[in-house]
Amino acid sequence: MDRIPILKMGNCLLVTIQVDMHDELASALQEDLTQRVSESGARGVLIDISALEVVDSFIGRMLANIAALSRIMDARTVVVGMRPAVAITLVELGLALPGVRTALDVERGMNLIADHAAGNGTHGRPAG
Amino acid sequence: MPDTVTSRLPDLLSRNERQVLENWIRLQLATGGRRDAIREDDLRSQSRQFLELFTRAIRDNTDPHSSAWSPVREMLGDMSRTRARQGFTPGETAAFVFSLKQPLFQMLRDESGDGTRLADETWTLSVLLDKLGLYTTEIYQQGREEVITRQQEEMLELSTPVVQLWEGILALPIIGTLDSARTQVVMENLLQKIVETGAGIAIVDITGVPTVDTLVAQHLLKTVAAARLMGAECIISGIRPQIAQTIVHLGVSLDEVVTKGNLSDAFAVALERTGRQIQAASRA
Repeated sequence: MDRIPILKMGNCLLVTIQVDMHDELASALQEDLTQRVSESGARGVLIDISALEVVDSFIGRMLANIAALSRIMDARTVVVGMRPAVAITLVELGLALPGVRTALDVERGMNLIADHAAGNGTHGRPAG
Repeated sequence: MPDTVTSRLPDLLSRNERQVLENWIRLQLATGGRRDAIREDDLRSQSRQFLELFTRAIRDNTDPHSSAWSPVREMLGDMSRTRARQGFTPGETAAFVFSLKQPLFQMLRDESGDGTRLADETWTLSVLLDKLGLYTTEIYQQGREEVITRQQEEMLELSTPVVQLWEGILALPIIGTLDSARTQVVMENLLQKIVETGAGIAIVDITGVPTVDTLVAQHLLKTVAAARLMGAECIISGIRPQIAQTIVHLGVSLDEVVTKGNLSDAFAVALERTGRQIQAASRA
């Protein structure tokens, strides 16, 4: 089965979703990611969804789950590059993803994670 | 209607076309009273054309919605639109068709000796002309509705500009009532612009929104949530005292949204967030 690669960069894990997400892939990613966070002790998880064109409630919940899981393990999840159509869909589905931090591009997302790693937890958007 | 009745009408009409036309035009000129809006020549040619088409179509059947009548419908449609532009009321345009009744009934009375037959034929013609008259009104209304729809769309486009105030700061001044369709456009415009400019902060100014109800508030919150999902922060500004009262009375929570009284305050906050500040220029 396909798996989405998880790259490690410093103390941050990088996930780029380039394919259409289906439910199994999403579950697998969720498992892999928690595994990797605990193994590597990463302080941040950056998920780039700029190539994702279609979301459903399941994917939305998966994103929220990943954020919740990594928060427990003291890593901050930042979702970057969400498309307008995807954002509108998620809001209409009632999934405003509280607790997930967002940024416009990877660079800003890395800054948010760097802030968190530096122990400066108050900067950026409130966790909701 | 029995076939004999309908089959007699075309013959009668063809035979008396000239007479009917003369009577009709005379009648229209006498009662019309719109000599200023349309020239007599135009009226004559329109009447002649209509009667010709009418005579031809009635040979087939008396159902004005059938294909045999499509030239008549087309002509009436054109006429209705032209007259609407010339300032005719729909009633006056319909009266053009209705006024044909009198000369036609006159013709029937002169020709027919049989009372029952006369009544039947009168009825057939009456129904037919009524339908045609109503058709002109429908066309008129359609034209109106097209104009209204187009204007609505134009308004939708015009009324939702997203402007860039500074590098990384967008402003969206909303003017007029927010409904679902408009909010959708507003939201899409804003999000698209966020992607294009990479702006981190968007100020939604609602000074020009006359009323806020739960639906509008919900729409605003959705816009804010969608912008947040994309990684931009929203500030709502221009909340007037009455609107603040309404929002609180409605129990809508704007806790998670930064709100400011006016656009300049919101702009100051936005500058601060992006690490800038405004300073008075020192005098040289």
